[in-house]
Amino acid sequence: MTSTRQSPKKGLPLRLLAVILVSTALDAAVSFQVSRWAYGWLPVPASTAAPYVDNLFSLEVGIGCFVFVGCVGFIIWSLLFSRAEKYDESDGLPIEGNTKLEVTWTVIPFVIVMALAFYSIHVNEKLASLGPKQKYDVALNQSPDAVATLDARRDIGPIEVIARQWSWEFVYPDGVRSSELHLPLNQRANFLLISEDVLHSFYIPAFRLKQDIIPGSVISYSITPTREGRFRLRDAMFSGAYFSKNQTDVIVESEEAYDSWLTKTAKRPLVQGLSPGTSLYEKRLKDGDRGWATVPPAPPPMVNDPGNPEAPHDA
Amino acid sequence: MTTTKYDPRVLKAPHPVPGAPDNWKRFFSFNTDAKVIGIQYIGLALFFLLVGGLLAMVMRGELITPPADLVDPSVYNGLYTMHGTVMLFLFLFPVLNGFNNLLIPTMIGAPDMAFPKLNAAAFWLVPVFAFVLLSSFFVPGGPASSGWWSYPPVSIQNPLGHLINGEFLWILAVAISGVSSIMGAINFVTTIIRMRAPGMGFFKMPVFVWTAWAAQTLQLIGLPALTGGAIMLLFDLSFGTSFFRPEGGGDPVLYQHFFWFYSHPAVYVMVLPVFGIFSELITVYSRKPLFGYKFVALASFIITFLGLIVWVHHMFYTGTPQWMRNLVMITTMLIAVPTGVKVFAWLGTLWGAKIRLTTPMLFVLGGLVNFIFGGITGVMLGTVPIDIHVGNTYFVVAHFHYIIFNTIGFGIFAGIYHWFPKFTGRMYYEGLGKIHFTLTFIGATLNWLPLHWAGLYGMPRRVASYDPEFALWNVIASIGAFMLGVASIPFILNIVSSWARGAKAPANPWRAIGLEWLLPSPPPAENFEDDIPTVISEPYGYGLGKPLVEDEEFYVRRSMEA
Repeated sequence: MTSTRQSPKKGLPLRLLAVILVSTALDAAVSFQVSRWAYGWLPVPASTAAPYVDNLFSLEVGIGCFVFVGCVGFIIWSLLFSRAEKYDESDGLPIEGNTKLEVTWTVIPFVIVMALAFYSIHVNEKLASLGPKQKYDVALNQSPDAVATLDARRDIGPIEVIARQWSWEFVYPDGVRSSELHLPLNQRANFLLISEDVLHSFYIPAFRLKQDIIPGSVISYSITPTREGRFRLRDAMFSGAYFSKNQTDVIVESEEAYDSWLTKTAKRPLVQGLSPGTSLYEKRLKDGDRGWATVPPAPPPMVNDPGNPEAPHDA
Repeated sequence: MTTTKYDPRVLKAPHPVPGAPDNWKRFFSFNTDAKVIGIQYIGLALFFLLVGGLLAMVMRGELITPPADLVDPSVYNGLYTMHGTVMLFLFLFPVLNGFNNLLIPTMIGAPDMAFPKLNAAAFWLVPVFAFVLLSSFFVPGGPASSGWWSYPPVSIQNPLGHLINGEFLWILAVAISGVSSIMGAINFVTTIIRMRAPGMGFFKMPVFVWTAWAAQTLQLIGLPALTGGAIMLLFDLSFGTSFFRPEGGGDPVLYQHFFWFYSHPAVYVMVLPVFGIFSELITVYSRKPLFGYKFVALASFIITFLGLIVWVHHMFYTGTPQWMRNLVMITTMLIAVPTGVKVFAWLGTLWGAKIRLTTPMLFVLGGLVNFIFGGITGVMLGTVPIDIHVGNTYFVVAHFHYIIFNTIGFGIFAGIYHWFPKFTGRMYYEGLGKIHFTLTFIGATLNWLPLHWAGLYGMPRRVASYDPEFALWNVIASIGAFMLGVASIPFILNIVSSWARGAKAPANPWRAIGLEWLLPSPPPAENFEDDIPTVISEPYGYGLGKPLVEDEEFYVRRSMEA
């Protein structure tokens, strides 16, 4: 049995072409606009890495929007014009395939994702934030900088970033200790990321950079902040009961302000640093230790500057 | 019947087991009929969907306000760990194995699975590990609370020091689940290769069978890595070894390699059969052949192959060297090509179609839209610079729920409605089905769309409390989650009342093409028994007017008279 429908007429289907052209143009215009909005969906860009990440994100949102609107538009169009009438029991056009079309829609996504991948590799090279990860023997308690290869391009540092369950401690080269991270503007800061217990992650959304901190390893990591302000540093790798409280601030300030903070703080005595888990755990013990098991928080670090957890942050 | 190299009787087992009950009690017995096992799997899985959903609603209740005020943070961590574990190991895998059991033998014209007793044993391991997993709520210290991925060192901290603890039971449950899945995978792959009806060459198999085959092949390759990793973790936790313990010279990142080597492909294990369901349903409700059938079928195995070399993309920020990040980024992004082929083929099928918007078709189209969205955010996550910013934030949570629930979940609902008449012999209520779809679609969108922005703005996942700037997105998400809870009511009502009192289903209510629709509803114990049809056409011959099997009228008549 052959189909009862006649085959489509030969020649250019002008109306179809016009519909495709107009809808593609509309889709492109919408996608372009959405890719512009995409910049606003991210926190303020505050490091040299941020513009690269934001541009790539905007590009991906634009391409993604074009694909999404195109596909969903096609589905809606089909629903409007290819619905079976009630009691219509007939079949649709029995088209089984079209090799040219299938090859085309295999090649186009291939080209797009490869182009995106190579662009991303280019951005990766630009970020080049990750120094080598070095195994560090906890048992022997070697000095971290003895094993970590430092970033030769650093302007300041290395600042030791010590993550614990659940506190952050920052140790500056001259021995100043702080619960908040102070960084001078436009200087490449190098960090040695150290964890004393479990996995943590050094994540500053405004900087668009994140690095897991692996216990037993030292990771050299660099960032150049480009905007003054108070930004949130969040532990992004689950680290146990009070994980969500393991946050502190990064204060980016002018070089003068940074230097004066450093000299002023060096003279301050050591006090208990920020450790939000500790007070929550004490409250829990006071209330009868209800809830499921957790390790007790590490003792709060002793620091020269305990920071100000109440201060409002920018991003 | 002519004997061919596909003769299914080669592997035929005695069936049904003598003395097996043939009333409702058979669903609570050690029954070897794949169709009974399929319904057992699906029924149990839907029960655990409710359990996992309730855990999720407590979590969303906690997250409706910024501070941790509903439950203690330690309890929250246990809840989200168990939510993820229950949903994956007790809902998604079992429900898809249910579909495999119902559909593989009936679609390829086999009387049953290749190894019926192994099949039943694989199913009965599910309640066993469910019991092991859920009993952890009652051990001192509570259930596992280090996330469904159970990364050490958090997972091996064992604060109370007991040998039997939540994490121990969690690892045990995952290991038993792995054994069960391997047993299933061996069975499905063997059945597909050895027991197809005469004439059913590989390129005459329905796409669902192709996708199930590709998915189960992944299980066979990937699961041993997870099980091995889990056993090493158990040794670290309970017997003081240091595979992953940094104090003893172990490397916690090594566990992540073991874990993701399987657990990333696990996503394809779950999504591939759903691609199969989409392919089956779009054709029948569009009344068109599947556009580019061979491309779609082969794309399944390309996804399997690529799926095995993308796991490191979960570890872009764990100290992975640049060359490895770049390499895995490329393989990850390549996945977009075979999945894109499938999506375009479905869209091509809609072209010039006669679409019928039944409940299953609504779920398919809703799932397809969500899949396109989730696929696009997946490509974003595949690119290293974006992943470094949004990895481990709510953007990831939003993305994978778009795949796991909004695509796979929708596909599962679509499949349940579509094959409900075939395997229960009753029609479902269309009105309740459409209410279920509407509530689910709106609820799912409210739940997960806003969380993309929370993640882009830097809200980490797995948090019991958060900064106030994320409040609005979370309030909307929680409303969506509660709506999803409400959406289960019409679904349960529909399934229960239709099965009890629904109209008797004809053999082929959707006028679908496929061997399973040539069987009576519900099919008899051994499907075609000794009259296995000889397949002469490719599947999905809508509008082509070609019979699927030799002597088709005989089978149609017999299925209607039964």
